[in-house]
Amino acid sequence: MVTLSCTQSSVREINRALRSQPPGAHVTIVEPRGAHNLAVGLRSDLHITVEGNAGYYLGGLSEGIDVTVNGSVGWGVAENLMAGVVRVNGNASEAAAASAHGGTVIVSGDASLRAGISLKGGTLVVAGDVGNVCAFMAQAGTILVGGNAGEALGDSLYETVIYVHGTVRGLGADARIEELTEADVKVVSELVEQSGFDHIDPQEVTRVASARQLYNFDALKSQRY
Amino acid sequence: MYPRSTRRASVPRRKWEGFAVCGIVGLHLSDPSLEPDLGRLLTPMLTAMTSRGPDSAGVAVYTAPVPAGRLRFSLRTTQAGFDWTALAVHLRESPLGPVEINDWGNCATLVGAGDAPAMIAALHAFAPDLAVVGYGRALEVFKDVGTPAQICERHGIGSVQGYQAVGHTRMATESAVTTEHSHPFAPAADLCLVHNGSFSNHATLRRRLEDLGVRCETDNDSEVAARFVAHHLDQGDDLGDALRRVLKDFDGFYTLLVSTRDEFAVVRDPFACKPLVVAETAGYVAVASEYHALAGLPGIDSARVFEPMPEEVHVWSR
Repeated sequence: MVTLSCTQSSVREINRALRSQPPGAHVTIVEPRGAHNLAVGLRSDLHITVEGNAGYYLGGLSEGIDVTVNGSVGWGVAENLMAGVVRVNGNASEAAAASAHGGTVIVSGDASLRAGISLKGGTLVVAGDVGNVCAFMAQAGTILVGGNAGEALGDSLYETVIYVHGTVRGLGADARIEELTEADVKVVSELVEQSGFDHIDPQEVTRVASARQLYNFDALKSQRY
Repeated sequence: MYPRSTRRASVPRRKWEGFAVCGIVGLHLSDPSLEPDLGRLLTPMLTAMTSRGPDSAGVAVYTAPVPAGRLRFSLRTTQAGFDWTALAVHLRESPLGPVEINDWGNCATLVGAGDAPAMIAALHAFAPDLAVVGYGRALEVFKDVGTPAQICERHGIGSVQGYQAVGHTRMATESAVTTEHSHPFAPAADLCLVHNGSFSNHATLRRRLEDLGVRCETDNDSEVAARFVAHHLDQGDDLGDALRRVLKDFDGFYTLLVSTRDEFAVVRDPFACKPLVVAETAGYVAVASEYHALAGLPGIDSARVFEPMPEEVHVWSR
């Protein structure tokens, strides 16, 4: 077990040390003190634990890592994640899992505004609430919200599907509530099992998906151009 | 007031358009035993924000108030070797009477008569380039160009004592890198505003304020917000109401931190485009653009840490 401290090493030194670890290694990062860009751009199956609050883009661009943060994180946690798991035992600030292509981001508290913005195939599971404009222009992947969703949920949504266990304050343009199928219940059940957020009843979630009315620009729709 | 050449001097600001980054920090102490350490606590917070604003910085501190009827003016001159003693002698012989001046080169604080318009007019008459960067019974303002660390050292911020402080590190996007354009903006007694973001309708609002007799000194967008808040406080609004008017009238991206002698308040735009983290403990309220600026504060691990939501006005009072 390797321990790295943000009070003794710069972020660049820590990321370099992570990159030099053998596959499957376990690393603990202590005293993160809100540092940005920890554990970014890694391509291996490292097991990383961060003890404390981290800053922006934790785990971003990585492929295959398994990160647990015992604390809260700043903007853009796991931005552009390719594969692997990033678990936050705390709250996530704005744009959690933005543009994630793959992997799973699990937040045990709340996620702030624009969670899952432009999601491209990854999975985001939030035990608590999400702020306004969750899943804005999200293209593929799945979002599960264990609490309530804010305004403009799924605005300009493409093919991402959102499940909300609590209330939806408002839907964004082209987002609509759809009937829950057995396939949906199966997806949610698996995410509940993976995250351990068993307050979520897979039969009792609301499915939000795209109405697909904004996919094509209709020049004749209004002759005022 | 400022020469045309100053207004046009500019960093290549288009480069940063849409990427308006500045750093904001603030401390509002409720535990008097922390007051001797105000500057010591604030300095690492401000220097942590260098990455968000390397080109200029400013600090406002609230210290023990001068007696009622007197005001403390924070002054700055561009003249090398400015004769502060001559200024003191000049004012003593004027109807404004005796003043006490503490100077460190091109900056000084002057404690004198509590008639702010008369004092500011007298200062400008004595030396047209003498800038009043802030005034009040408790407020002291330091602002300068350079990195936050350089500015803190130049002005001895680390040893400043007081009960409240606000700091700003600026990466200019909207107007020139000069001391006049750097924050905080302190256009009324003990009022201070710092801003991260950019307003898109500041020219319209500046003209509207001019129609009400309120004139801005620079072409900076944040100054318009400061004078807007000052105007509405003057009209009888409380600080929360004045900030709700900002939400209604100002368009753009903003996180604002506004302080008065007794109050400390924050607000974020409807999309919360600019960050802000608040830490509350029994001893203080601390705010910063990014959490790492707060990470060294005493008791931060047990603080209530949160991010204000869009359009929420938070006000703390002493």
